[in-house]
Amino acid sequence: MSWLEWLVALLAVAGSLFVLLGSVALVKLPDFYTRLHGPTKATTLGLGALVLASIVYFNFVKGELNLQQLLIALFLFITAPITAHMLVKAALHLKLKTSAHTSGKQNADL
Amino acid sequence: MKSLKKWWPTPIRSLFLFLVWLLLNNSVEFFHLFFGVVLAWLIPQLIHKFRLVQPGMKSPGTAIRYGLMVLWDIVVANMQVVRLVVGPNKRLRPAFIKVPLDLTDNLSITFLASTVSLTPGTVSAEVLPLNAGIDEPRYLLVHVLDLADEAELIQQIKERYEAPLKEIF
Repeated sequence: MSWLEWLVALLAVAGSLFVLLGSVALVKLPDFYTRLHGPTKATTLGLGALVLASIVYFNFVKGELNLQQLLIALFLFITAPITAHMLVKAALHLKLKTSAHTSGKQNADL
Repeated sequence: MKSLKKWWPTPIRSLFLFLVWLLLNNSVEFFHLFFGVVLAWLIPQLIHKFRLVQPGMKSPGTAIRYGLMVLWDIVVANMQVVRLVVGPNKRLRPAFIKVPLDLTDNLSITFLASTVSLTPGTVSAEVLPLNAGIDEPRYLLVHVLDLADEAELIQQIKERYEAPLKEIF
């Protein structure tokens, strides 16, 4: 294996690991607000790494010009914060319960 | 010059649309180039009438540095969040905090809120008060996964993210 292939493998594994951890956060964390952190963050980095792996693979290992993946990254970075914002806005509107030791609840009017 | 402005009201957006079209098709064949130009002309024409004029960028150099810094922060801070997620739940100190805003226009507040959401450990929830006037002070409601020191975090957001945004717009 050339070092480029090692790089692709490393990025792909690291990316999937972060996506997995994002999903673990979604299952494991105590309340809606904390659970939001998983999919918005770890997933961003995980998908970023996967996109990078794909770019390196197609452009350098296979040697064809292929930059479509940049669009995935672009749209991801635009949509992820907006999705998170819509979700948390809905949650605040419905006054979803927070875990018991959340501080600053008065700030959120909960 | 005037007709140029009429045909291409937003040249940067047109260029951007053209590039996105080429990337979507992943090809530089003549047909795609041609259709890309048509779309880059047509879409700005259609939306020109109802677009809200946003402030232009004052300092593109700072904007690029800001983008790179945010990317780096995403990588570094993700490691911390991973540790929090894997650790026991009761060690988390979730909190809602208020970050007072110096920024006033909607575009830069959007950028700040998105940055806060993308950098791990914090999600911006809301810009409050909801129907504040233009000059009224506003603040950003932020949910923090693990809050160590409220004043320090607020200061960090203001210095690291808000200050460069003030320079850019």
